[in-house]
Amino acid sequence: MKAGVVIFPGSNCETDTYDALNYLGFNTEYIWHRDSSLHKVDLVILPGGFSYGDYLRCGAVARFSEIMEEISRFADSGGLVIGICNGFQILLEAGLLPGAMLHNKSLKFICQTVNLRVENNTLPFTNQCGAGEILRIPINHYEGNYFIDDEGLKELEDNSQVVLRYVDENGEATADAAPNGALANIAGLTNKSGNVFGLMPHPERAVEEILGSVDGAKLFLSAKISKEAVS
Amino acid sequence: MSKTTRDVPKYQQLGLTSSEYEAIGRTLGREPEDVELAIYSLMWSEHCGYKHSRSTLKKLPTTKDYVLQGPGENAGVIDIGEGKAIAIKIESHNHPSAVEPFQGAATGVGGIVRDIFAMGARPLASLNSLRFGDPTKPRQKYLFEGVVSGIGSYGNCLGVPTVAGEVYFEDSYEGNCLVNAMTIGILPKSRLITAKAKGIGNLVVLMGSKTGRDGIGGASVLASQEFDETLQEKRPSVQVGDPFTEKLLIEACLELLDKNLLAALGDLGAAGITSSASEMASRGGVGIDIDVSKVPLREPGMSPSEIMISESQERMLAVVEPKMVSEVEAVCNKWGIPATVVGKITETGKMDVYDGKEKVGSMPVISLTDEAPIYDIEPIMPEYIKEVQKMGDVPTFPEDMNATLLKMIGSPNLCSRGWIWRQYDHQVQTNTVVLPGSDSAVLRLKGTKKGLALTVDGNGRYCYLDPFMGTQIAVAEAARNIVATGATPMAVTDCLNFGNPEKSGISWQFRKAIDGMAQACRHFDIPVVSGNVSFYNESFGKAIYPTPTVGMIGLLDDVEKRTTTPFKDAGDLILLIGQMATVDGQSDEEIFSLLGGSEYLKTIHKRIEGLPPELDLDLESRSQDLCLEAIKNGILSSAHDISDGGLVVALLESCLYGDIGAKIELAVEEESFVKIVVELFNEAQSRFIVSLKEKDLGEFGEISKEVGADFMVIGKVGGDRLIINDKIDVSIKEMKKPWEEAIDSLVE
Amino acid sequence: MPKVKIYVTLRDGILDVQGKMIHRALGSLGYENVDEVKVGKYLQLEFEDDADIDQKIKKMCEQLLTNPVIEDYTYEVE
Repeated sequence: MKAGVVIFPGSNCETDTYDALNYLGFNTEYIWHRDSSLHKVDLVILPGGFSYGDYLRCGAVARFSEIMEEISRFADSGGLVIGICNGFQILLEAGLLPGAMLHNKSLKFICQTVNLRVENNTLPFTNQCGAGEILRIPINHYEGNYFIDDEGLKELEDNSQVVLRYVDENGEATADAAPNGALANIAGLTNKSGNVFGLMPHPERAVEEILGSVDGAKLFLSAKISKEAVS
Repeated sequence: MSKTTRDVPKYQQLGLTSSEYEAIGRTLGREPEDVELAIYSLMWSEHCGYKHSRSTLKKLPTTKDYVLQGPGENAGVIDIGEGKAIAIKIESHNHPSAVEPFQGAATGVGGIVRDIFAMGARPLASLNSLRFGDPTKPRQKYLFEGVVSGIGSYGNCLGVPTVAGEVYFEDSYEGNCLVNAMTIGILPKSRLITAKAKGIGNLVVLMGSKTGRDGIGGASVLASQEFDETLQEKRPSVQVGDPFTEKLLIEACLELLDKNLLAALGDLGAAGITSSASEMASRGGVGIDIDVSKVPLREPGMSPSEIMISESQERMLAVVEPKMVSEVEAVCNKWGIPATVVGKITETGKMDVYDGKEKVGSMPVISLTDEAPIYDIEPIMPEYIKEVQKMGDVPTFPEDMNATLLKMIGSPNLCSRGWIWRQYDHQVQTNTVVLPGSDSAVLRLKGTKKGLALTVDGNGRYCYLDPFMGTQIAVAEAARNIVATGATPMAVTDCLNFGNPEKSGISWQFRKAIDGMAQACRHFDIPVVSGNVSFYNESFGKAIYPTPTVGMIGLLDDVEKRTTTPFKDAGDLILLIGQMATVDGQSDEEIFSLLGGSEYLKTIHKRIEGLPPELDLDLESRSQDLCLEAIKNGILSSAHDISDGGLVVALLESCLYGDIGAKIELAVEEESFVKIVVELFNEAQSRFIVSLKEKDLGEFGEISKEVGADFMVIGKVGGDRLIINDKIDVSIKEMKKPWEEAIDSLVE
Repeated sequence: MPKVKIYVTLRDGILDVQGKMIHRALGSLGYENVDEVKVGKYLQLEFEDDADIDQKIKKMCEQLLTNPVIEDYTYEVE
């Protein structure tokens, strides 16, 4: 399966993501933000980082990159897109996913491993996870306090678009379990059609035993397996 | 010369002495022009010229077969095999951080990272060593929070993980916080480049941000110009960091080096173009022309002097062959980085400054660098030493040892640093395999089996009591921290933070510290490959504790064999490598003196006195050899060095990180309370707490015989309490909260 | 040359964590008569002329300068 990792000025997790995908058996390429083609990839990943320094708002400038038009078209035609952390913020700013990010409630940057509950395991990003399975994956951000209005939240829940929720060690989505204060403990969600996935945690940091967890690999491998099932 | 309302000559306003001013006149054979005076004042400042430290620093060992670049460049570089090399450097940003903690610390990180990629290395990880005053005071809290936030903000944005560090709170840093930032980078040996200008006719290219008035009017330069009316118009001098531009600059420079387009590369730090250009020319033995009218400016109306000395951040200077310039511009353009030809390399041996066609300054390069004045201030042992080294009366120790331990573990110097490192991205680049919280951070090296261990250590209180011994201990402790992970120490980078070097007492502290460092580094055979000196850390005439900080790197041949601090499995035996501190037949006074300089004496009895622990270098080596060999043989479950807080704190830390208890029996006479307190809390050197499977005890004993090191079995891992004889009995769960939340409750 | 001042704030009903923190800090310094603190962004733009200026500002704000999901804006032209 061919995956493309997009590089924006200020991206800083592109190499980690590239390495993780190759480690998991993907055929991976970088895509430069000024490219006008997606190099015929099956999966597009917008990696973490601080695109354009996160000046103004996270993702606000990157969404206007030349490659984003192509990514929009790719998403509209059902192509698989994953936005990780800053990549998620870019997808929100671009309107490919609903809602927005606010500052963490602690007003501090947070780097730590969290517990995530898989809320929907029928997606091309989660089909290798059990229903309600708890994944241990690191988060690393200053703006991961997810917000959406009541109506939007209802729609997300009704359509099972919430994919990952922050939970405590008992698997409960308590208020304290979301370190950033995210609404409804939302850590990851998809668009209505389920082919665009945004998440604040960094699965690329949890793909090898030596890094302390392999739970992130399940998300990437799900995409790989669902693609191979189709073809 | 501009007029001042007082009749202070300009050279003096710029911090030059009258004899230095005369020396400049002799060198030039005339009165210096404005630009020249500004340039000499900076190049001959302590910061650039090292005039009070150069002769002493020569005592440090700096060479070994794997050292590719020793001190004198932007960073040191060591060969780690398989065609790879590591660049390493530490630098202080104390004064800027005391003025504006967030930006001061952020630009400190920016500066040290530039030093690393200036060598052709991709920045791999950062560390920091911090000192503040009493954290319950609002100003200190503000500085501490601002510095942590500034370090995180800059490093996180760059994608360089901050993997380890240390922070201590002592009253002596109240007027002068310390912010020492360290970074390492990795490079293919073939990409190594230096800031040595070469090739007559080659062009000098300035890359990165535009130049503004940042840093002008800063601490050292124009500090006494407050009466100059022109100064009113100038903006404050705090430099502001732009990590986004730095990130692009890293990518652009590494691509330029991969394409072999540069002849030399250097970063712009203190004194901006002036120091970068003159040092590059000096190393290459060439001359250099700079045309300030070519420098892209951020604000209008800057004078040639201002342009030459501006400390605007995120800039690099490269030497480029004329035929390569268009390719250099293309790469910079791709990354959105301005690149401008601002000068050329000449055979004149001079730094000539032009403003368009007009020559506004001309100075022999060597007079700016090698011929900067050297001062040897007579060292005299300061008065305070004899006073503080005296140990007062034996106090009444608090009876309740559990309460004492609780107080210790929740104190600012011993509590968990989780609040700090949660604000640092310590995992980006996916190499960090031992996270913050162990004795050293460990990084894997992708594509090899190897790993790197990194630590930074210093103990200002020990150095205050005895700078020679305190500095030796800093080196030994750093090595111990490296060894505890299973790595072999490779190189040191040092940051030397002291008071005013013109004072004989400070001169004494400095020399003693360097003597201690030189002897310890020679003994362990670890070269000092880079470093930085920060003097004048004083406020209201009172100096900080002399604080040499030792950054160290070690190499693991097999990263899978790394070992960490936490106890792992119930039933594992707990061993003390090294010896008990007391011996039979000592008086209570003698026993008590072993608590000299300890965290216990400070935290529980509010006393800072005595002599720091003794360090026997041979004994230290044997202990380290035992720990390292045992790890290499794969028989240790955990290893942790004993330092601040002593044996009991080391044991408790291994329990807290491992979420598991331990039962300990120490062979101490039960009736001697002094002895028990001292054995638990003294900070005797050359010791580790390790744990292993009972079946491996025999093998461990064999290694100990081979290396000639002492050890004793002191207990077993298990349960959920730490129990020591009948003196300590605490629940690990109950100790965890005060330990973990101490900083939160201090600052929130 | 018209100078445009744009003020961006969080929309009503969205928790302003920075404002809340500052409000608490002011309280602890003894400023108890402060009812609410809102933190926003201030942008200053200098235009070459005022042709269609209102329309241009609105478009800029909606396209890039603010995120309408969470932010409101006001502006003044001088």
